[in-house]
Amino acid sequence: MTAAQNTARMAESVKDAAIAAFLVAVLGFFFFALRTDIGTGGLDLTYRWGLWLIAIAITFGVRLALNLFVFKAAKPITSGIKITVPSGVTSVVGRFLGPVLLIVALCLPFILMALFPNRDRQFIDLAILIMTYVMLGWGLNIVVGLAGLLDLGYVAFYAVGAYSFALLAQYFEIGFWTALPLAGLLAAFWGIILGYPVLRLRGDYLAIVTLAFGEIIRVVLLNWYEFTGGPDGISGIPKPSFFGLEFSRTGGFADFFGLDYDTIHRFIYLYYIILVLALITNFVTLRLRKLPIGRAWEALREDEIACRSLGINTTNTKLTAFSIGAMFAGFAGSFFATRQGFISPESFTFLESAIILAIVVLGGLGSQVGVVIASVVMIGGIEILRNLGFLKEIFGPDFEPTQYRMLIFGLAMVLIMVWKPRGIISSRNPSAVYKERKKISSDMVAQGEGH
Amino acid sequence: METAMKTTSSHNWDHNVVLSVEHLTMRFGGLVAVNDLSFNVGRGDITALIGPNGAGKTTVFNCVTGFYKPTEGRIVMRHGAGFQAEKIEALTRTGRQYDDDGDDRVFLLERMPDFEISKRAKVARTFQNIRLFGGMTALENLLVAQHNPLMIASSMTIGGIFNLPGYRKARAEAIDFAAYWLEKTGLIDRADDPAADLPYGAQRRLEIARAMCIRPHLLCLDEPAAGLNPRESTELNELLQYIRQDHDTSILLIEHDMGVVMQISDHVVVLDYGQKIADGSAESVRNDPKVISAYLGVDEDEVEAVEETIDQAIREAEEHEPDSDKGGKS
Amino acid sequence: MEYFLQQLINGLTLGSIYGLIAIGYTMVYGIIGMINFAHGDIFMVGSFIALATFLALVAIGISALPLILFITLLVAMLFTSAWGWTVERLAYRPLRGSFRLAPLITAIGMSIVLQNFVQITQGARVKPLPPQIQGGVTLIEGVTENGTIAVQLSYMQMIIIATTLALMIGFSLLISKTSLGRSQRACEQDQKMAALLGVNVDRTISLTFVMGAALAAVAGFMFLLLYGVIDFYIGFLAGVKAFTAAVLGGIGSLPGAMLGGLLIGLIEVFWSGYFSVEYKDVAAFSILVIVLIFMPSGLLGKPEVEKV
Repeated sequence: MTAAQNTARMAESVKDAAIAAFLVAVLGFFFFALRTDIGTGGLDLTYRWGLWLIAIAITFGVRLALNLFVFKAAKPITSGIKITVPSGVTSVVGRFLGPVLLIVALCLPFILMALFPNRDRQFIDLAILIMTYVMLGWGLNIVVGLAGLLDLGYVAFYAVGAYSFALLAQYFEIGFWTALPLAGLLAAFWGIILGYPVLRLRGDYLAIVTLAFGEIIRVVLLNWYEFTGGPDGISGIPKPSFFGLEFSRTGGFADFFGLDYDTIHRFIYLYYIILVLALITNFVTLRLRKLPIGRAWEALREDEIACRSLGINTTNTKLTAFSIGAMFAGFAGSFFATRQGFISPESFTFLESAIILAIVVLGGLGSQVGVVIASVVMIGGIEILRNLGFLKEIFGPDFEPTQYRMLIFGLAMVLIMVWKPRGIISSRNPSAVYKERKKISSDMVAQGEGH
Repeated sequence: METAMKTTSSHNWDHNVVLSVEHLTMRFGGLVAVNDLSFNVGRGDITALIGPNGAGKTTVFNCVTGFYKPTEGRIVMRHGAGFQAEKIEALTRTGRQYDDDGDDRVFLLERMPDFEISKRAKVARTFQNIRLFGGMTALENLLVAQHNPLMIASSMTIGGIFNLPGYRKARAEAIDFAAYWLEKTGLIDRADDPAADLPYGAQRRLEIARAMCIRPHLLCLDEPAAGLNPRESTELNELLQYIRQDHDTSILLIEHDMGVVMQISDHVVVLDYGQKIADGSAESVRNDPKVISAYLGVDEDEVEAVEETIDQAIREAEEHEPDSDKGGKS
Repeated sequence: MEYFLQQLINGLTLGSIYGLIAIGYTMVYGIIGMINFAHGDIFMVGSFIALATFLALVAIGISALPLILFITLLVAMLFTSAWGWTVERLAYRPLRGSFRLAPLITAIGMSIVLQNFVQITQGARVKPLPPQIQGGVTLIEGVTENGTIAVQLSYMQMIIIATTLALMIGFSLLISKTSLGRSQRACEQDQKMAALLGVNVDRTISLTFVMGAALAAVAGFMFLLLYGVIDFYIGFLAGVKAFTAAVLGGIGSLPGAMLGGLLIGLIEVFWSGYFSVEYKDVAAFSILVIVLIFMPSGLLGKPEVEKV
């Protein structure tokens, strides 16, 4: 590269960085430089010129560094980043990733106990949380990934499952294991009730209607005080027993097996419950994909009109996808209720639906392993941000890393999507093979109606 | 009219009718796309529906296959021989959609939802702009077409989940049947390739193979030769002849390629501005002044002069290659 | 009767705000066929910018209220436009021509980013602003057994309705008369063809986002003046309701968005007034569901014919 080119590139890079800095100056003026706070006589305005200037300077510096050292050209970050991995590597990884993940998942509590003896409870709890999202992701993958129905109100069925168990426990004193199938059935039933009128809508309209349903259910839960406890929620939801054995200090699980009582037993038990539930979801999904119903879902995603010309009842086919997806959300919901012991409408906001959908899309629509990776990255990532206490020592005691969690989460959503619009794992496995199994590249796979 | 001709005519479409379209009218708002159209499709025939662009051909197809609900008229599909006039009249009065007692089943297509027409009345179709499941393999495309029998074999999924022997057997048979049609359409080597990856001509053939997988009594093809090269066009003719002879499937097709139409059709129905202007054997339609005037946009009295020129052109064309007039379709 | 009239006025005022936001949804949907999920949060950002500008103008000693209001409006529109432009540039443009779900996910991501950015920089607590424009005209005074009821049209409401009307007329002219409007309609029909004919598609789409954001800023400022309290979360509900309005009016249609906004405002106010305040959101959402099921092309939208 000649010196002239270098200079030109440098100039371009600086110019680009200057534009970015100017943009931040404009956008940030009313947010960094000015701040409104409730003061004595109404709202006070405080000035933070320092913060504003720092933000501008950081933008300029980071952008310039990115331009010079990462992009190697005066190319803006948003015009697409292409990182290619040799295909041989991905296929080898692809073959062993699933089994390896399964083995890790099966041994995880013991690995965590061995590695982090002091913080094992916390980490197992995190594993439970991630596994819940994996299960929800797998459930939603049936609806969005296979059938191509964009559902923005999936959390509604999660809520139905959770409230079903909580209310059954409260009013009829029904235990977790009895309530679990009931909660799943109720959620599936609601899936049919809500799905029937709306499933003929086109993609985006379906998305917004499902969002509306999700919000309606939440607002009803919030305001039907006599039945659901309103914003106070329902507490005292019973814990699951191990074949009738409680995880109590005396006379329970530990006594029966002659172990020393330890609260970690219950965490491990919960972990395995959600692991088994998630694996059932996975198994059923993988089986369904190879059955006529699953193939019809995928065909529906590809071309609904062609499906109708081949004698497929599209309404029923969509309803089965919608209600089976809802059923798994119902199972996950009742697990959530028993794990927390307390639920309130606050746990079932639109944000939850968005997170689950993001996991499915970021993982790669229809990909089961993709959902696992996306859940670990997104949910695990959020939780890691909770543990950045050491940053306080750098930025001072006022610095609260946890409040940046969702900001970074949102940014990650945008960046991953721009980087890989088709998700992390985007190739499709055919459901039936004549001679040779070939992966189908994502460019050919449709994402559902209306595009 | 029908009964009178039954005794005198030797044409299939007059006495052994698989599909009859009776006084079909389709309006979109103020636009009349099809106006009081009646024609028959003979059992075992290849029937061509032709006409200039915008004549309403695809609208007729969409009415027959249930994608549009006709404004007026009756569309009857018969699985058994003969007219079964009494049975159909009785069915029309009851308000039911079909009568599937015994072997001579009859269906009133204008009353049935689209997917039922394919599932019960066994009318299959292809689309003008190919509608394959692009992200699924050729084999999967043909398996989707066997959805209904496979659903029953999998006991509505329950038996399938546990992979019961009954389902396993049905699945193997379905794959064999699909392989049979892939073989017939010359696509067996591409069975595991995604449909979107196939060349255009192969996609057209795959769509026909897929339609055949519902084991249709009537196959409706919307411009099957569009975009095919001469060799593919000839192969298509052979495939259609094979389907008609060996599978007892009647064929109704829309086609602009007159070479294809004249070569393979037993029966040609000509539409113009939503109305039927001619109906008969390929030979009789070819010489009908009304048809020529509709295609050429000239008055009927000028036709004879034009006809002469055309005849000459056709003779010349046939001397060289039967497919030399390929350019003139949309 | 008096109560009814008063609710009608209140409903129209609220509806004007929804209508202004709905125009942003409808324009973006019309031109690139996506639900700009972050638009509700652009409205929220607009209201925060308006609040800070207002306080800053008061702090530097400008005392004439009309002047303050006018400058605030302009500043809010300008700076919120920059936000609208940036969101499109960062999150949507790289995905143009990509798969349908990708921009929806980045839109949701942007919505989360905007909410949390405002929460971090401005704090999570609500920001109350005492009513700035007081007084009004009493239209009718009626006597009931509980005392007198007056139908009030406050100056505040007048300003909101008048501004909305003026902007609506201005924008309709902009879309129908200028070359920008023509480019927009061309992109709506066929982006590739428009590009071939020399329309700068990227610029047209950016300008659409900018105009939508400017209108959202106006709505944000009105909302601040009307309710006197904002927080970082107001964008979500307002956004969903405005989207409902856009769908109700027929997505893609500007007058439809305005009409839909007014209807949603009226429904919400009447529902709160006559039934229950708690379930007013349920009412709005239920309308959305019902409209989409029975009238998917909305009141003023073009009906869609299924292409086979």
